[in-house]
Amino acid sequence: MISSVLAIDWSNYWQQSIFRVLGAAIFVILGAGTFVIAFLFKMMSYMQSRLGPMEAGPHGTLQLLAEVGKWLQKEDLVPARADRTLFKLAPYIIMASTFLVVVVMPFGPDAYFVSVDTGIYLALALSSLSVLGIIIAGWASASKYSLLGGLRAAGQLIAYELPMVLAVVGVVIQAGTLNLQGIVAAQHQGEIFGWGGIGNPFILTQLVGFVVFLIATQAELAQPPFDMPVAESELVTGYMTEYSGMRFLLFFIAEFASAAVFAALAATLFLGGWAIPFVDLDDNVMNVVGPIVLFVKMMLVGALIFWVRFTFPRFREDQLQAFAWKALIPLALVNILATMVLKVAF
Amino acid sequence: MPRRSRSFPLKGLFVGLKTTARIFLQTMFPKRGIKTLLPAPTIGAVTVQYPYKSPPEVPVTRARGVIALKSENCTVCMLCARSCPDWCIYIEGHKTKAPPRRPGGKERTVSALDRFEIDYSLCMYCGICVEVCPFDALFWSPEFEYSETRLADLLHDEERLNEWFETVPEFEPYEAGSVAKVRKVPR
Amino acid sequence: MTDVLTEAQQLAYANAQAADGRVNVEVETEDGMTLNIGPQHPATHGTLRVVARLDGEQVVSADVICGYMHRGYEKLCEVRSYPQVTTLVNRIDWLGSFANEVPFILAAEQLMEIEVPDRAKWIRTILFEMSRLANISLFIGDLALQVGAQTPAFLAFRDREFVLNQIEAVTGGRFHPNFDRIGGLKDDLPKGWIADTKAAMVRIREFCDLMDDLVLGNEIFQMRMRGVGIIPPDVALSYGLSGANLRGSGVDWDLRRDSNIGLAYDQVDFKVWTHPDGDSYARSWVRVQEIRESTKIIDQLLDTMPSGPVMAKVPRIIKVPEGEAYVATENPLGEMGYYLVSKGDTGPFRVKIRSASFNNISIVPWLLKGVYVPDIIAILGSLYFILGDIDR
Repeated sequence: MISSVLAIDWSNYWQQSIFRVLGAAIFVILGAGTFVIAFLFKMMSYMQSRLGPMEAGPHGTLQLLAEVGKWLQKEDLVPARADRTLFKLAPYIIMASTFLVVVVMPFGPDAYFVSVDTGIYLALALSSLSVLGIIIAGWASASKYSLLGGLRAAGQLIAYELPMVLAVVGVVIQAGTLNLQGIVAAQHQGEIFGWGGIGNPFILTQLVGFVVFLIATQAELAQPPFDMPVAESELVTGYMTEYSGMRFLLFFIAEFASAAVFAALAATLFLGGWAIPFVDLDDNVMNVVGPIVLFVKMMLVGALIFWVRFTFPRFREDQLQAFAWKALIPLALVNILATMVLKVAF
Repeated sequence: MPRRSRSFPLKGLFVGLKTTARIFLQTMFPKRGIKTLLPAPTIGAVTVQYPYKSPPEVPVTRARGVIALKSENCTVCMLCARSCPDWCIYIEGHKTKAPPRRPGGKERTVSALDRFEIDYSLCMYCGICVEVCPFDALFWSPEFEYSETRLADLLHDEERLNEWFETVPEFEPYEAGSVAKVRKVPR
Repeated sequence: MTDVLTEAQQLAYANAQAADGRVNVEVETEDGMTLNIGPQHPATHGTLRVVARLDGEQVVSADVICGYMHRGYEKLCEVRSYPQVTTLVNRIDWLGSFANEVPFILAAEQLMEIEVPDRAKWIRTILFEMSRLANISLFIGDLALQVGAQTPAFLAFRDREFVLNQIEAVTGGRFHPNFDRIGGLKDDLPKGWIADTKAAMVRIREFCDLMDDLVLGNEIFQMRMRGVGIIPPDVALSYGLSGANLRGSGVDWDLRRDSNIGLAYDQVDFKVWTHPDGDSYARSWVRVQEIRESTKIIDQLLDTMPSGPVMAKVPRIIKVPEGEAYVATENPLGEMGYYLVSKGDTGPFRVKIRSASFNNISIVPWLLKGVYVPDIIAILGSLYFILGDIDR
């Protein structure tokens, strides 16, 4: 494995690109899979005083493979009155928007696809494409439950884009750049009150921003307490009600891949990304260790997201909107103001 | 009346998070002492991995698992078959002549049991048959692992019902203050 | 006899057509879109059907259609003997099953004019309260699940096991005890039951605290439930609500305290919890307080358990003398009553079952006007019905 990695001719564009695409796909899928196993199957079960899946693999770790196999062999149903093209298209839009965010995410000093100067802006814009997929799924299913779920998603996901963007603006002001690689560097090389030991992970100075970003992420992923689009006890599965078999599996993977990608984004923005304190930014070993570090940080953020998910009931749609517009956005604006003032003052 | 004020706003949310975290840690690390740092969720969770392990307190003595028959006591009075709400007990018998009790006396008429079957696919496990039997021929047994793959196999015949009799436990002693006498299972 | 349909019949027919799950998306009609929260739904506690006409997310009108689970209990009871009826009747409200047997047995005993020994009264009351514990602990877990939280449901099932284990230890069945008999009980308590039950009560009190922390005290839950589905007390009384639904609207009505026939409630001190608000939160809160109160009642009864027989002198084959009797008790779901008509046979002539949930959901069309779709679920959850109880 190591020799095959070393045998790659890094100056060859095509070999590099294939490796990067594979690496990114593996990272996202592995992240999604680990999220499902560690949090959905095990952490949720332990919080409910039960064991979760135990049969497939040691302690049920291969349960995901069994689930994938189960979903694959189910009948592929398209409702009679559904709009066939749009119905089939919707999951792919969501998957595409999730996987595309990885294009701007840095995994190491040289391990990235592109390092654009508007990195985080591009990431947020790409991630908001999934709203389109959800609305298409809700309408094209020709079922009233799906329609309700899709419409709720439309309102909710668009409303919660704003707090997310505003929370990120605080980070951007502090880092001075929109480039994600630059944000990682700013955290690594920053100082807390003059001490540069562990750099300056923005979670310390931007705690309010971190909280707002996490809440907005929870809403973007349509997870409880913001899972009105998928309100299981009212709308069966909301916009996903009419999907079965492989198509539902795509939605499922997309949901957890989004969770993984957003958690990785939060780790990059607030926890320092792929960098660790005492190792130089340019060190070549970080090209291999960086993704692992990012993975670990992603799991930490994911643990927070899922802990909140399994504890709280869900908001009603109007309460959700009121919370976004009347509570989160003013909070994020105040955060930006404070960051601006403090950045100039210090 | 519930208190509406809390010591700080959103306290309920934090208390909820703390509660789930506490249950999570209780399930992950239930051991005490030196072994505290090793995660042992199979001990901490309330799940019992049946059928590899059996729960310790199950089944209780009085559990209504299966009905056992002691053929020697049955006199084919048909009370159980008549009182079953589902009519799931099938009894057939015939009368025969038994030798007189004393030499020179009259021959006695006794009933012999031909067929005694209980259809467990119909049985409601209500226990009316066990209660109604005047001759101590039917007993409850806490055995419950007799699932079959075919519905017809749930019709237990006389031989199988007699086999269940070995699993019938002794009647438990009663709680203090009770004047009931503990019955004995006729072995 | 004309065969022209009256306008009411035509409207009913058109309504039925609209309510069948057609897949047309009717967003432009004046009355709004018809959403069939149909018999198969994760949140309707069974096979209840609510046909709601929605204007966006608001309900314009709602109709409740029950009967998908009708099993013909009253007819079945006509052709069964008294012990067999006890067996059947367990299955009406299957979560608190001992509570279903009690009013029937009390009605039969009233006709036979039997005085049940004290120990039997005590044990009957204890098991009655335990069925309340089993029923309502599931209620609060299920309500949290319907409002969105997934964890309290599992914790409710986990802690309910303590009560079910105790019921099994004495009756032999966890869900269908089939333990009450005319004249007393089937059997006495096994050794060690009193101590074990006291330990179980401690666990149930911990469970109530857990639900306070995780569900009732949660701000999101309160936002969902406060002010939702407010029932004024006079409306509640006029629709025939009972149980915690009535007490959550501030009406001080408890049959255990007021009309005590054959159970030991006059020997214990207990508080009847009411809440003045009348919204969904009030009803949930009252129920959780009732569980706590039940554990205290059971503790008092266990402490003062008299000794003696558990069965009065009754003939082997019971024939209830001619007459009619109606006995209602404060069941976990509300007021459940049995109107027993006997003609002196080994079985009842006619049994009319007044079940609590049937009257409780009669208020749903009135209550659901103008609420949002998520509130439908919150309201149905807080009214708490069991389909077996509605449809019998």
